[in-house]
Amino acid sequence: MINNLRVGLMEEINFPQLPDNQTGLSVIVRFRGERERERDEGRRMDLMEKNMELIEVQKLEGHTDRVWNAAWNPVSPILASCSGDNTTVLEETHTRTVRSCSWSPSGKLLATASFDGTTAIWEDLGDEFECISTLEGHENEVKSVSWNASGSYLATCSRDKSVWIWEVLGGNEYDCASVLNGHTQDVKMVLWHPTMDVLFSCSYDNTIKVWWSEDDDGDYQCVQTLDESTNGHSSTVWAISFNAAGDKMVTCSDDLTLKIWRADISMMHSGEGYAPWTHVCTLSGYHDRTIFSTHWSSDDIIASGAGDDAIGLFVESKQHDSVNGPSFNLLLKKEKAHEMDINSVQWSPSKENRLLASASDDGMVKIWQLETIP
Amino acid sequence: MNWRITPASSSSIKLLSLPLIELRQSRYFYFSLENLLVVCVRGKRMVSGLINENPTVYERKERRVRTDSTNTDEFSVEPIDQLEIFDILFFDFAIVNIHHIRDIRDPEHPYSLEQLKVLTEDSVEVDDHKSYVRVTFTPTVEHCSMATIIGLSVRVKLMRSLPPRYKIDIRVAPGSHATEAALNKQLNDKERVAAALENPNLVEMVDECLSPSFE
Repeated sequence: MINNLRVGLMEEINFPQLPDNQTGLSVIVRFRGERERERDEGRRMDLMEKNMELIEVQKLEGHTDRVWNAAWNPVSPILASCSGDNTTVLEETHTRTVRSCSWSPSGKLLATASFDGTTAIWEDLGDEFECISTLEGHENEVKSVSWNASGSYLATCSRDKSVWIWEVLGGNEYDCASVLNGHTQDVKMVLWHPTMDVLFSCSYDNTIKVWWSEDDDGDYQCVQTLDESTNGHSSTVWAISFNAAGDKMVTCSDDLTLKIWRADISMMHSGEGYAPWTHVCTLSGYHDRTIFSTHWSSDDIIASGAGDDAIGLFVESKQHDSVNGPSFNLLLKKEKAHEMDINSVQWSPSKENRLLASASDDGMVKIWQLETIP
Repeated sequence: MNWRITPASSSSIKLLSLPLIELRQSRYFYFSLENLLVVCVRGKRMVSGLINENPTVYERKERRVRTDSTNTDEFSVEPIDQLEIFDILFFDFAIVNIHHIRDIRDPEHPYSLEQLKVLTEDSVEVDDHKSYVRVTFTPTVEHCSMATIIGLSVRVKLMRSLPPRYKIDIRVAPGSHATEAALNKQLNDKERVAAALENPNLVEMVDECLSPSFE
């Protein structure tokens, strides 16, 4: 028996006209409506002691090719997804697969990273999106794009092993502020720290690199590398995610594990210099294929999406071992969440309900609700 | 559907006349002989009949006969097994052509991967219930620079032939290549594979390996 579900469904789904040969961003969904259901007072307390279930709320089938990434708008109830298919909502910009998309903190701009080597910035004009800028410079496919917390910087990374930092100037101008070399192989993802201007990148070379400009003069250097010698991953690292406070981070990899890291960021906030990240624990044995994506929700549930078509949810265990530090347990594993590899999992920023979007090679984006079952 | 037979130089030719047994709706049909199995895989379209019912078939080395060939129910779903995957890797369109009945071709030589012993039946490990297949291939020389193309071709062929639920792993036989680990890693990184398949030069080479040749 499931709690009463009354979902305010999609008010409008914009399915694009199908033009010829445009690969690009497809399906921007306006998802409106509040969910009416009984609130569970104890919901933020011990999740492990309840029976939880991940229920599919919505299935978005507009894509005709694999969906690489899905991103929730931080302020309005909109979900953007990007794909390798030949559909586009917007004018011709990208000529190849759009690999990843990211909303600016204000929610007004959407950045899309494409295999054609460019990153496009789109402005939400209400009825449509307009491409206001195209960032060129990478030698080959751009894999990921990330805005910093204030929206003043953009970072991109590519198979060309480099990470680029772009400064957001006024008037739709973007300037390349820095080109960071250091990785020895493709860089899979970049992510800015949620509260500080520290940049993280993870790569096919099995490492995670931390980039910081100590003097805040825009001169970013690699201040730390998390590799196998520091309890890091033994194969390609695909994704990174931070908790809301920014003092913990989860990474996932082709080595079939998720790793949790932490740092004493109060030290950094108070200007005492760089606080290094240390390994906390490794979650292994939960997925038997590459874990492509992970996301840490605002109420501390870690979601993972993998090549075994399953979604895993993890929470910190209540038993705090003062010697070994915090540990994490599997809350639930949703097998066969999709019919093919899951490329991206993203929690909705909405505080009212626990919504998770998942995007897959099967061309679908699904929205899930994490529910307690009585 | 066209049948064309060309005699080969080194093996005997057998003239056969056989009934056609259509096994599956979507993919292939075969006709079975006493000790020879000829399997032809057609893309995804249904084959409704043979134009030439008395093809001349070239006898190659001995092959296992399917023991359950008495199953003539054309709509039955049979699990995919090792032989089928091997066959998928070796038969492209239903053209019975002596030299090229077995594809995939080596990128550099006019021989199939089977002829060069790059692939054998034992190269394939498949578990249909788990929707998993692993193909292990052996490049002819340790520094084979074509190993990437071969691996990519095998992957593309399987992707096109198997149901989407399948997870595919490709690797080189352990100890058979100088940069084995790096090669395996890149053959199984789907983003690299996707990017490679958007590269027109690579796609052309892969298509060359996978195309049947008409001579």
